[in-house]
Amino acid sequence: MTAALSARGLSKRYGNTTALGGVDLEVEPGELVGLLGPNGAGKSTLVKIACGLVRPTAGKAHVAGAPAGSRVARASTGYLAELFRFPGWACAEEVLALHQRLARSDGGAAEREGLLARVGLAGEGGRRVETMSKGMQQRLGIAQALIGDPRLVLLDEPTSALDPGGRRTVRDLLVGLRDQGVGVLLNSHLLSEVELVCDRVVIIDGGRVVTEGRPEDLTASGGVEIETSEGVRRLPTRAARTSRRSFASWWPKAPRSTASTR
Amino acid sequence: MSDALTIAAHALREAVRRRVLLVVALLTAVFLGLYALAAFEAFDSLEQTSASGFIPIDERALAGGTLLGLAMFVALFLGVVLAVFLTLGAVRGDAERGLLQPLVVRPVGRTTLLIGRLLAASAVCAPYVVAVFLVAVLITQAAGDFMPASLIVPAAGLALGVVTVVAISLLGSTVLGTTANGIAIFMVFATGLAAGLLGQIGEALDVDGLTTASSLISWIVPFEALYQNGLHALTADIGGATGVIVQLGPFGGASDTSAAIWPWALAWSAAVLALAALAFRRRDL
Repeated sequence: MTAALSARGLSKRYGNTTALGGVDLEVEPGELVGLLGPNGAGKSTLVKIACGLVRPTAGKAHVAGAPAGSRVARASTGYLAELFRFPGWACAEEVLALHQRLARSDGGAAEREGLLARVGLAGEGGRRVETMSKGMQQRLGIAQALIGDPRLVLLDEPTSALDPGGRRTVRDLLVGLRDQGVGVLLNSHLLSEVELVCDRVVIIDGGRVVTEGRPEDLTASGGVEIETSEGVRRLPTRAARTSRRSFASWWPKAPRSTASTR
Repeated sequence: MSDALTIAAHALREAVRRRVLLVVALLTAVFLGLYALAAFEAFDSLEQTSASGFIPIDERALAGGTLLGLAMFVALFLGVVLAVFLTLGAVRGDAERGLLQPLVVRPVGRTTLLIGRLLAASAVCAPYVVAVFLVAVLITQAAGDFMPASLIVPAAGLALGVVTVVAISLLGSTVLGTTANGIAIFMVFATGLAAGLLGQIGEALDVDGLTTASSLISWIVPFEALYQNGLHALTADIGGATGVIVQLGPFGGASDTSAAIWPWALAWSAAVLALAALAFRRRDL
């Protein structure tokens, strides 16, 4: 089965600054992958390359088999930026209707109403964006990312402005997408959100993948089996402790895993 | 093409919702009101004086030609203001605000986005300048029974001229922020106008260097050549000393332009838009 997202050797340089230094990453259909890392690690750059906003310096990325940024790839992608805005003068229905036309979706009013309901904005279709709270705008942003039944959904900090109820709504939505066979790449600072929903976590630091694995394995007390491009590798205990320290330093309150030591 | 029309419709809806068009309509009404006042006063004062002097001057033609030249200038200026306002933040400005990215990731194409913005701005600005000019013509005709030698050439020149400014503004928006682009476009516009005035001076003083430099700049920024061509066509049938005075005045067109200005302006606008599309495609958002 074609990967929802496939990145090989992705690099991006801005002048003398290396934002990405050779990243390999795959998101399979029906897989929910969390992307974690400190500020400036390259997470957003990776996501932007996947949806065609940024051109890589080297390497390749494909979305559902098509080169990232191509028309076919963009037709298969839903994206919510970390920093985004919708025109304040437009109402929620108009925003979604515009994106439906651009995405060639013929879901019509039923799709718009359904999406608004899924993100907890039922009945708010006529509300202007400028009268919405940041949380409501973020929910609207998630709704527009789901227009046209994309095969890959890229969400950059989708719950940053949401209250706990909103976060639960988004988590349920993400699980639903995964169950429908959609590949989801979730870029988030919130370890608790990632732990609750993600099948796999990829940690990026300094533009490189530091480690990846199941959330519970990365916080386990013993060694870790990590999926890499070379196949399954067992991370040595020392390296596992190092990666856990790095992991924990960003989120010092990461809960202890109850998984048995491998 | 449907994507371009979708983007154009979106941009037009924005202009309406943000009351841009309402403000422009109000300011235009104020201008036309003042123009009407000036035209009626001017022609009324002509009827109360008698022509005298060694050189016979057709004062009605002088007043009418000068007033309509002024109307053309103001129509172009207001059209440029509107064109710039509708497009100055189309790429970099909207990207900095986060408005552009949600659209670019759709399968619409960056070039199509630009074409949509060009269509929207042109659909507003071109009819606007033509309407302002034609209303001024009607006012002048009512006030002084004066009709210009040509309506089509000046009107078409204004319309195509403002479209070239839209193209420049879109190009600027791919590299400059909103404020910087607005300033840059108005400086380009002022440079073009200044070149035209220098050409007038060159014609009056018979200085070939000035007229050549003016002509060159007018073709580099073709809205100026179209504007000068339109001014000349306005009063082309006014002969004698009156014609010389009108055409060498601040709102007169001292010389006409080659017919090649029309295909040149169209090709130039297409080339500028193509350059904008290239810059946009290469830009990381």
